[in-house]
Amino acid sequence: MSAQSMDQRDRPTGYLPEGADINRNIAARRLRGAIWQAIFVSSLIIGLLALATLIYTIVDDTFGYIAVQTKVDPEELTGGRPLEELSKEELIEILRANVSAGLFRRFDRDEPFSERSKESVLQLVEERVVGREVVAAYKLTESLLERERIEATVRERFPRAKLEFHSWINREFLTRPMSSVPILAGVGNAILGSLWVIAITMLLAIPIGILGGVYLEEYASDTWYYRLIETNINNLAGVPSIIYGILGLAVFVRALESFTSGAMFGVTDSNGRTILSAGLTMALLVLPLMIINAREAIRAVPQSLRQASYGLGATKWQTVWHHVLPNALPGILTGTILSASRAMGETAPLIVIGASTFVVFFPDSVFDKFTVIPIQIYNWTSQPGAQFRSIAAAAIIVLLVTLLALNATAILLRNRLRRNY
Amino acid sequence: MATAEFSSVNTLQSNGKYAVELKNIHIYYGAFRAVNNVSLQIERQRITAFIGPSGCGKSTVLRAINRMNDLIPGSRLEGQILFHGKNIYDPDVDPVEVRRRIGMVFQKPNPFPKSIYENIMFGPRINGWRGTKQQADELVERALRGAAIWDEVKDKLHQPGTALSGGQQQRLCIARALAVQPEVILMDEPCSSLDPISTLKIEELMFELRQNYTIVIVTHNMQQAARVSDYTAFFLMNESRAGELIEYGPTTQIFQNPQDERTENYISGRFG
Ligand SMILES: Nc1ncnc2c1ncn2[C@@H]1O[C@H](COP(=O)(O)OP(=O)(O)O)[C@@H](O)[C@H]1O
Ligand SMILES: [Mg+2]
Repeated sequence: MSAQSMDQRDRPTGYLPEGADINRNIAARRLRGAIWQAIFVSSLIIGLLALATLIYTIVDDTFGYIAVQTKVDPEELTGGRPLEELSKEELIEILRANVSAGLFRRFDRDEPFSERSKESVLQLVEERVVGREVVAAYKLTESLLERERIEATVRERFPRAKLEFHSWINREFLTRPMSSVPILAGVGNAILGSLWVIAITMLLAIPIGILGGVYLEEYASDTWYYRLIETNINNLAGVPSIIYGILGLAVFVRALESFTSGAMFGVTDSNGRTILSAGLTMALLVLPLMIINAREAIRAVPQSLRQASYGLGATKWQTVWHHVLPNALPGILTGTILSASRAMGETAPLIVIGASTFVVFFPDSVFDKFTVIPIQIYNWTSQPGAQFRSIAAAAIIVLLVTLLALNATAILLRNRLRRNY
Repeated sequence: MATAEFSSVNTLQSNGKYAVELKNIHIYYGAFRAVNNVSLQIERQRITAFIGPSGCGKSTVLRAINRMNDLIPGSRLEGQILFHGKNIYDPDVDPVEVRRRIGMVFQKPNPFPKSIYENIMFGPRINGWRGTKQQADELVERALRGAAIWDEVKDKLHQPGTALSGGQQQRLCIARALAVQPEVILMDEPCSSLDPISTLKIEELMFELRQNYTIVIVTHNMQQAARVSDYTAFFLMNESRAGELIEYGPTTQIFQNPQDERTENYISGRFG
C-alpha cells in the first residue's frame, strides 16, 4: 500500500495518453505511417511507369513488320547463291554489269574498288542493283495485334512487296556505316567514333584527374587560393555541357586548328572538327568530375592508415603511393567508368564543335571527321519517316546497353574491391 | 644532415639516463593552447604512464614526442624535446627519421589491409631495406616473436592482417613497430578497444619489451598504470582548458603517497 502511494506520488500524470487514449494514439500514428508509405510507393510507381514507357516506345520502334520490294531478284543475279557468299571480285562484276559505266567510274573515284572492303562493295550492290526498298514499316504493337490488316493493306498497295518481320537492331546494323537508305544504314562507324573519342578523353582525364585529386587532397594546404581552386572545380562540374562545346570550338577547333586538324603533322584535307578536338573537349568536360571523384575516393581512405604509415617513418610520397592510392583505387576506378559513360552520352558539346552527321567511312586516325552514337541518334530522329525513327530507336538501344554495361561494371567493381579496414 | 647527430649515437653506449626529455613545451592547435608548459624526463628502458581525465592533453604530448602532431594542420609546439641531446624540433631534423626511431602504437589497431608478412616488412622496406629474402623471413619472425604473436600467426603469414582478432591486430601493430628497430615506443591507450584477456597479453608483452625499449603509454585505466608502469605522470586541465602536468614520479609514490591533493582525488576516484 505504501509502495503504491509512493509510486503515484512520484509519477506525474497528464503528460502521456492513458486508458483508451493509448490505443487511439497508436492507431493515429500507424495511420500517418501508412499514408507516408503509400506516398513513397506511388512515387516509385511513377518512376517505374516513366521507365516502362521509355522502354516500350523504343522497343515498339525497333521491331516490327516491314514490306520489302526489290528492283531485281537477287537470286537471279547470282544464280541462287546468297549475295553475302560471293567474293569481292564477283560482287564488283555484278555491279559493273548492272549500273551505268559513268556511275561505276564515280564509285571508283569516291574510293578505288581495290581499296574497298567486301562489305562496302556488297552495300553498293544492294543499294544500286538489288534496290531492296522498304516500302512500309510497322511498329511492334501493330505487327503483333493487327497482322491481318497489315497483310491486307500491303497486298493491296504494294502487290510485289514481301512482308517480313524485321529487327532493326541486328549484326549488320552494328557493323555498317551510315547510309541515306535506312534499311542499309548502321551505327558501325558511330560506335567506332565513340570509342576513339572516349579513348582520347580518358587518356587525358584519368592521369590529370587522379594526380590533381592527390595533390589537392594530400599536399595542398588550407589556404585561400586552394579553396578558390576547389570551389571553381566544384562549379565547373555543374557548368552546362554546351558551354564546354563553345570552349572547345574556340580553343581546339579554331585556335589550335593546325594541331587538331593534324596539319602540323602533315595531314592535309582536314579541318579542326576532328576526333582529336572532340576528345579534348570531352576531357575538359569530365575532368572536374574525375578530380572530385578522385578526391572523394582519397578522402575515404581512413586516416588511421596514413598515421600507421607515417608512424613507421614513411615519407608523404611513400604513404600516398603504398597506402592512399591502392586503397582509393576502387573508388577512383568506379568514378572513371562513370565519367566515361557520361562522355559517351554527351551530345550538345559535340554538335557545337561540329560533329559530322553524315560520315560513311570508318575513322582510322584522330584527325578524321567524327560522328558518335548520340549524334547519329539526334540526326536520325530529325529525319522524316517511320524507318528513320526505327533506326534511331535501334541506335538508342545500342547506346543504352553500352551505358548500362559500363555502369554495371562500375557497381560490380565497387562491390568486389570494397575493403574492410 | 643533422639527423646524423642522433643516428650516429649507439643506444647502448649512450650513457644518458633519459631517453627523451621534454623541456617547457607548449602545444597549440591554431590559437588554442592544448598543453601548457610541460617538462618531464622519460627514463630509458622503463615504462612511463600518462594518466588524467580525457581532454587534458595526454595524447597531444605523446604525439609531440615523435612529431606526429606535425600531421595535424595548425598544430604548433614551443619548447624543446631532446632525444639523444638533440632537439627534435630543430629545423634541421627530419621528422621521418624521428618517427623511425620513436615508434607509435595507436588506440585503435590499424594494420594495413595487406598480409601479416607485408605488414611487418613495410617499415623496413620504406626505410631502405637491403636484406635478402631469408633475412626478411628472419626479421618477420623476430618481430612477431618480439610481440608475442608468432605462435598464433606463423601458419598464416600471408593472410590479411585485418582478419585477425582485435587483440592480435594490436600485437601485430606492435610487431610492425618493432621491425624498424625503434628505441622508444609510444602507445596511446593501446588496450582501450580490447577485451580483458587481450589486455592482459599486451601488458605482459610490455614487461618483455621493457628490457630493450623505452615505453610511454597513455591509459585511462588507473589499475593498468599501477600494474605496468615504473613512472606515472598525472595531467589535468587548468582553468583555460590547457593541459598541465600536475605530478610526475615513480608509480608507487604517485599511487601511494601523492604530493598533490588533485592527484590524490583523481587516484581515489574523488575527481571533480
Ligand atoms: N586534431 C586536433 N585539432 C584541434 N584540437 C585538438 C586536436 N586533437 C586534440 N585537440 C584538443 O586538444 C585537447 C587535448 O586533447 P587530447 O590530447 O586528445 O587529450 P587526451 O588524450 O588527454 O584525452 C582537447 O581539448 C582537444 O579538444
Ligand atoms: Mg587521447
